[in-house]
Amino acid sequence: MRRITSALFLVGLAVLVAAVYQQMNLLVTPLAGDAINASAGQQVGAGNIVTAVVLAFRGFDTLLELTILFTAATVGGLVLGKPRADAPRDPDAGFILQAGADLFFPLLLVVGLYIILHGHLTPGGGFQGGVVLAAAFFIPVLARPGTTLDHHAVSLIEGLAGAAFILIGLLAMLGGEVFLTPLLDKGELGALFSAGTLPLLYLAVGLKVGAELAGLLAQLAATEATD
Amino acid sequence: MDLTLIFYVAAVGLMLIGSAGIVLSSHLLRIIFGIALLETGANLLLLLATYREGAAAPIWVNGKFPLAMADPVPQALVLTAIVISVGILAVTLSLALRVHRAYGTLDIRDIRQRMEQDIADAAGIDMPGSSEAPLPVYSSAESGS
Amino acid sequence: MEWLVLMIVIVMLLSAVAVLLMKNFIAALAALSVVSLGMSVLFVILRAPDVAMTEAAIGAGLSSLMFALALRRLGLWKD
Repeated sequence: MRRITSALFLVGLAVLVAAVYQQMNLLVTPLAGDAINASAGQQVGAGNIVTAVVLAFRGFDTLLELTILFTAATVGGLVLGKPRADAPRDPDAGFILQAGADLFFPLLLVVGLYIILHGHLTPGGGFQGGVVLAAAFFIPVLARPGTTLDHHAVSLIEGLAGAAFILIGLLAMLGGEVFLTPLLDKGELGALFSAGTLPLLYLAVGLKVGAELAGLLAQLAATEATD
Repeated sequence: MDLTLIFYVAAVGLMLIGSAGIVLSSHLLRIIFGIALLETGANLLLLLATYREGAAAPIWVNGKFPLAMADPVPQALVLTAIVISVGILAVTLSLALRVHRAYGTLDIRDIRQRMEQDIADAAGIDMPGSSEAPLPVYSSAESGS
Repeated sequence: MEWLVLMIVIVMLLSAVAVLLMKNFIAALAALSVVSLGMSVLFVILRAPDVAMTEAAIGAGLSSLMFALALRRLGLWKD
């Protein structure tokens, strides 16, 4: 009986989607996109227009996204709890993984920071670079399961980076403008030091995302599945 | 074949397969796989609004912006959506691990039975009966005259 | 161009069905990574390199890593 109702549900969903496709105009020009494309260069000074949209035109959405990630990491920590001190630990990984982890850590750090700092010039930015940083800090924990990530330092970095993001946004309000308006000089399009506070905002985002995801992965790796 | 149609079929197909996985599976991890597929399909559906014929990516290249650029607003929205899907995955996996620690199994039918039993025991009431259970046979029909 | 996209879409949809039908969970995880990989190629074709990079890093990287850690803890990381 359950299978039949589930199959009926899917057939109904397929019919609904086909009906929507008949009426919908896909690939039609929305209103804001072309206007943003034309004016983002002069108005924001960033070479990557998607970065300009994420941080300057829709900066508040990025702040809410950071809140969602923070909530997810908090829920993960609350639900899983602390592992017992005398819990059995996995054995150390083989030679290849240990040597590879030692080799990869500085490389991943450099690549992650590069992607974060060039977010306003080339495709990239805080979220992508933050994921690479999280991998950089988690792979040594994978190679040697005895060493735990320093959760105090990770939480400190995460909190300070999130506070830095909000502070830079509030500084704009001191100048009488809207929250999270980009400040500082726009600079020359395409140079590394350009687009005002956008690189600083993305740096804060990247550090926060990296610290958060590294802490979450370490929590998942250290938990026990059975009582 | 129209390029639009192929992209649309991919997005909708992924969403349908993900929904089917969530609704029809009985193992908790298959349900989480279905959630991940559903989110991926929804992101593709949202990103279909960014494409223009003959346009380039909205990036500053070789000293100038390209003449025709794709729409940056859906790209920014999908960026947010992908990161949110990671957050959702983290929460559901933590909950699955916790459920396994508490009940020892990952079959949702077993878990639902035992969870309702535990809740009913803790509240001191009877467990609500299933609507598919057979009706009880009334003994008064036999003992009456 | 249409044939390339069609091939990628067919591989993606078949892998998505395989995610739900395979008994072995390691194979299902690999099929999910194939879906993410095909998705990031489609994002590049749709002129969205930023999003393609994010999907590749998160879908094929972090998401699969979290699933693998959870599978290992649940004792399902075996043939």
